[in-house]
Amino acid sequence: MSVRGKAFIAGAYEHPLRTIPNKTVQQVHAEVAAGALADAGLSFSDIDAYFCAGDAPGFGALSMAEYLGLQLTHIDNTETGGSSYLLHVQHAAEAIAAGHCHVALITLAGLPRSSGTGIGGAGRFGSAPEISFENFFGLSIVAGYAMAARRHMYEFGTTSEQLAEIKVAAASHAQHNPNAFLQNAVTVEEVLQSKMVADPLHMLDCCVVTDGGGALVVVSPEVARKLSRQSVPVLGTGFAVKHVNNGRIDLTHTGAVVSGPRAFAEAGLTPSDIRYASIYDSFTITVLTTLEDLGFCEKGKGGEFVSNGGLQAPFGKLPFNTDGGGLCNNHPSNRGGITKVIEAVRQLRNEAHPAVQVPNCQFALAHGTGGNLATRMGSATLILGQEV
Amino acid sequence: MSFLPLADVEINNETQPFWDGLRNNTLLLPRCTSCTSVVWYPRAHCPVCFSTELKWEEMSGRGTIYSYSIVAKGNGRWKESGPYVVAYIELAEGPRILTNIVGVAPSEVQINMPVTAVFDSGDDARVLLRFTSVSSS
Ligand SMILES: [Zn+2]
Repeated sequence: MSVRGKAFIAGAYEHPLRTIPNKTVQQVHAEVAAGALADAGLSFSDIDAYFCAGDAPGFGALSMAEYLGLQLTHIDNTETGGSSYLLHVQHAAEAIAAGHCHVALITLAGLPRSSGTGIGGAGRFGSAPEISFENFFGLSIVAGYAMAARRHMYEFGTTSEQLAEIKVAAASHAQHNPNAFLQNAVTVEEVLQSKMVADPLHMLDCCVVTDGGGALVVVSPEVARKLSRQSVPVLGTGFAVKHVNNGRIDLTHTGAVVSGPRAFAEAGLTPSDIRYASIYDSFTITVLTTLEDLGFCEKGKGGEFVSNGGLQAPFGKLPFNTDGGGLCNNHPSNRGGITKVIEAVRQLRNEAHPAVQVPNCQFALAHGTGGNLATRMGSATLILGQEV
Repeated sequence: MSFLPLADVEINNETQPFWDGLRNNTLLLPRCTSCTSVVWYPRAHCPVCFSTELKWEEMSGRGTIYSYSIVAKGNGRWKESGPYVVAYIELAEGPRILTNIVGVAPSEVQINMPVTAVFDSGDDARVLLRFTSVSSS
């Protein structure tokens, strides 16, 4: 079953703050939910489906449904790290197409900055079967991504300068976002001179640690038609799980190799149709590998693709993360994900900052990466349009 | 051998022989008697063909570095250990496994460097499987 054109994103909202002291996580979930509903022109009583992931407290969607006061016919607690919320859009579209619900709410919220959790967060690996083998030896989140970067450099000649170009593009966009956590432009040299965290990744190759959250409202075509606000149709969806497959680790490919083609096939589009891309950017290497795997350039040529302003809005080859992305703007709950969809919706509605708005942005792609790059991960691709 | 932290590994009935092996300075991994795959990480079934007929077998302990990172500063108990090298090494028998490279200066570590197993023990029963450069062993 294709979900092409069977569901619309009617509301999208990003919490304006990056440090939120003295609030509970559930309270931030409620605030972003209210924001997305207001954006759509709907109210809490219209919601019949609710989606959340591992950042939601307690019993996930069950606890949150009670806290928010929702009356639901459908819930989904799917947890795939930072890719969860893009997968939730796919699941919401499927549930709407199947007639299980009409107005689906998706929320993400977290307070890693105020709570001092730091980058990567505490994780939920306590009882994982791989814990004593694959999540050990001082393997920080950054180190895992650093090993992927090192291997990419070895196989394809990618350089630290090329990775830095990704941060430079994100930072140039963040200058125009008054809510962005980091609003300064940076140079390649500044990235290379920033502190080495896990070689070859520097501090400025890493995303920000922010409190915050975001929410989406996904509705049926019938509901969308009654709303005055421009809603954005879901045209293509793809998801893939990638794991180490009995020790056959391959650090230079992500699940986007599978999720991308699935989404493009459903949308009936190709990478050259995409005018704007939100690419999950936990680290610069995440972006580089994902761009290759989604087919925006040949495998191994990502370094070349991102150089010379390739990702800069509005006139680069592929304007990306025009909100400043996770690298500069916001990475709430150490996972972002939902912010990727929110900025794609802004672009399609022609509501990005004028300095970074892509002209005639007919088709946009949003991609989420969850877990550890290329080893134990979820990859979710969404293709969205201005109309069906 | 190294000054890196040992750790409270989670040992269960599926993995006990692996940890017992390390205490005897041997690297034991399960091999599937049905499809001959070496199973990584150790578990009670073969994730390739789903057979539960596995046999513990001693590995060579030899391998090469597949990728690595020099971590400037670790988290938690690793905070004071840096800089240290975390790596995936490819065992001669196939699996690519996570480890630390010890006994060699981090700046000397390279992809494809031949390495050999180090049974890294502290003053208690805990032993971890780490690797060192073949030339420095
Ligand atoms: Zn087998």
